[in-house]
Amino acid sequence: MNLAVDIAGVTLKNPVMTASGTFGSGEEFSEFIDLNQLGAVVTKGVASIPWEGNPTPRVAEVYGGMLNAVGLQNPGIDVFLKRDIPFLKKYDTKIIVNVCGKSAADYCEVVERLSAEPVDLLEINISCPNVKEGGIAFGQSADSVEAITKEIKRYAAQPVIMKLSPNVTDIAQMARAAEAGGADAISLINTLTGMKIDIWKRTFALANKTGGLSGPAIHPVAVRMVYEAARAVKLPVIGMGGIIDAEGAIEMMLAGASAVSVGTANFRSFAVMEEIVDGILEYLRKQGISDVKELVGAVR
Amino acid sequence: MSEKRKELAEVLSNREISAGIYDMWVRTDEIAGFAVPGQFVSLYCTDGSRLLPRPVSICEISTDKQAVRLVYRIAGKGTEEFSKLMSGDGIQLAGPMGNGFPQKAGASFLIGGGIGIPPMLELAKRLEGEKQIVLGFRDEQFLVEDFKKYGPVCIATEDGSAGTKGNVLDAILENGLKAERIYACGPLPMLRALKEYAAKKGMECYVSLEERMACGIGACLGCVCKSKKTDLHTNVKNKRICKEGPVFEAGEVEF
Repeated sequence: MNLAVDIAGVTLKNPVMTASGTFGSGEEFSEFIDLNQLGAVVTKGVASIPWEGNPTPRVAEVYGGMLNAVGLQNPGIDVFLKRDIPFLKKYDTKIIVNVCGKSAADYCEVVERLSAEPVDLLEINISCPNVKEGGIAFGQSADSVEAITKEIKRYAAQPVIMKLSPNVTDIAQMARAAEAGGADAISLINTLTGMKIDIWKRTFALANKTGGLSGPAIHPVAVRMVYEAARAVKLPVIGMGGIIDAEGAIEMMLAGASAVSVGTANFRSFAVMEEIVDGILEYLRKQGISDVKELVGAVR
Repeated sequence: MSEKRKELAEVLSNREISAGIYDMWVRTDEIAGFAVPGQFVSLYCTDGSRLLPRPVSICEISTDKQAVRLVYRIAGKGTEEFSKLMSGDGIQLAGPMGNGFPQKAGASFLIGGGIGIPPMLELAKRLEGEKQIVLGFRDEQFLVEDFKKYGPVCIATEDGSAGTKGNVLDAILENGLKAERIYACGPLPMLRALKEYAAKKGMECYVSLEERMACGIGACLGCVCKSKKTDLHTNVKNKRICKEGPVFEAGEVEF
């Protein structure tokens, strides 16, 4: 039974990886789970300099999901290179570094700093809804998606995954723009912009007022968008958004994803990603399928 | 191997001890053996619509029974779910999380306000030296008899129904209490007042902070507080309450 998948020439032992921002660089979770079991670890976004992020409260639970407005707090690329990459190198898993920035130059600087590092893939966050100039500004028009992709590709040594925002009218158009800019893969969806109000305090649940909605509440939206994006481009698609079990992961793959990311579900269960890998295997066995790649885009 | 773990714990008892405040003992496999005063555990809901663990401070630890006592307030649907658990029920529990109170010799104030009172109990039990316990309530009291086993207790109530009318600092001043150090957990205005009082008197002060959390283990950066200096891990002036905290030396954090 083959679980290995290929993303832009990089072979992952299985299609299950973490979703950026929910997993740090894996150190904290490594006290509870075996990172060697993962297809890849996708790190929390890193910028050229340290970012302090947003005021608290930064997180709020909603029915079947959560809102976050962490605001891309990160230690900056210097500390990340010294500490996080050597940590991840100890494990037999692929390393995907998520990159954030406030300008094209910011992104390019980080991408260039990563060029000589033992990093397998780069994921470019042009879709964070919580930082005004921290990505989303680049992710909501097709022209800017194409332009920033092109610019980043000039500096990138590793294959580039563009992470797309669901907060757009036509996701297929954004996927095509990333492809036109030279992206090697796309990943989607980032969080959907949401809001929660505390009715007793008559205030916003998040200090930032709005936040990114994640968790099972967004899963059907994510499946639809992965389907539309996968049909619009030839690039491999990494599907994410509300996956909490093997069923959700398999749905994503049938919709067109070559691999999947699991984020918010890690907060509910440390073991969830390992269970999803097992569940996919069991599904293949029951379906008499020998290669997980046969699932990709099988539902048209 | 890490001391932190996730277990299916067994509820030994769970009862309401004051309006909306519950007192639950759960038997763990190993968490109780590793826990120290001031740490917390993450409690997981059974209802799948509630994804995030609820951080609850450890009120008491029984290494004999391998059990922890959790005194919590119903603050929403998750804690309401916990309040319905019965003896013999299972509950998913992860911990022990964060760092506890550094236990130092000498005369200490142990100060709790409202739902910040529970974590002071295990500290009162274990701390050596002279202890002055000060508890602040809005109105109805709870856990007072438990604290009396470990030292003299002064009470402040907002409505004046018992002890000093006012807050914990009013109680300290009214009773002319003195100590070298403060250990405290409670609402932010109380902690701010104690930090200022300690600074004025040249006392050491340790506070336990609270914030909305998601992962509970330091990965998501949901629950940070401002720190005076650049934090070693985050590389910005933010500390993770769930990981570097919840107990901080008052001077190292801004709140």
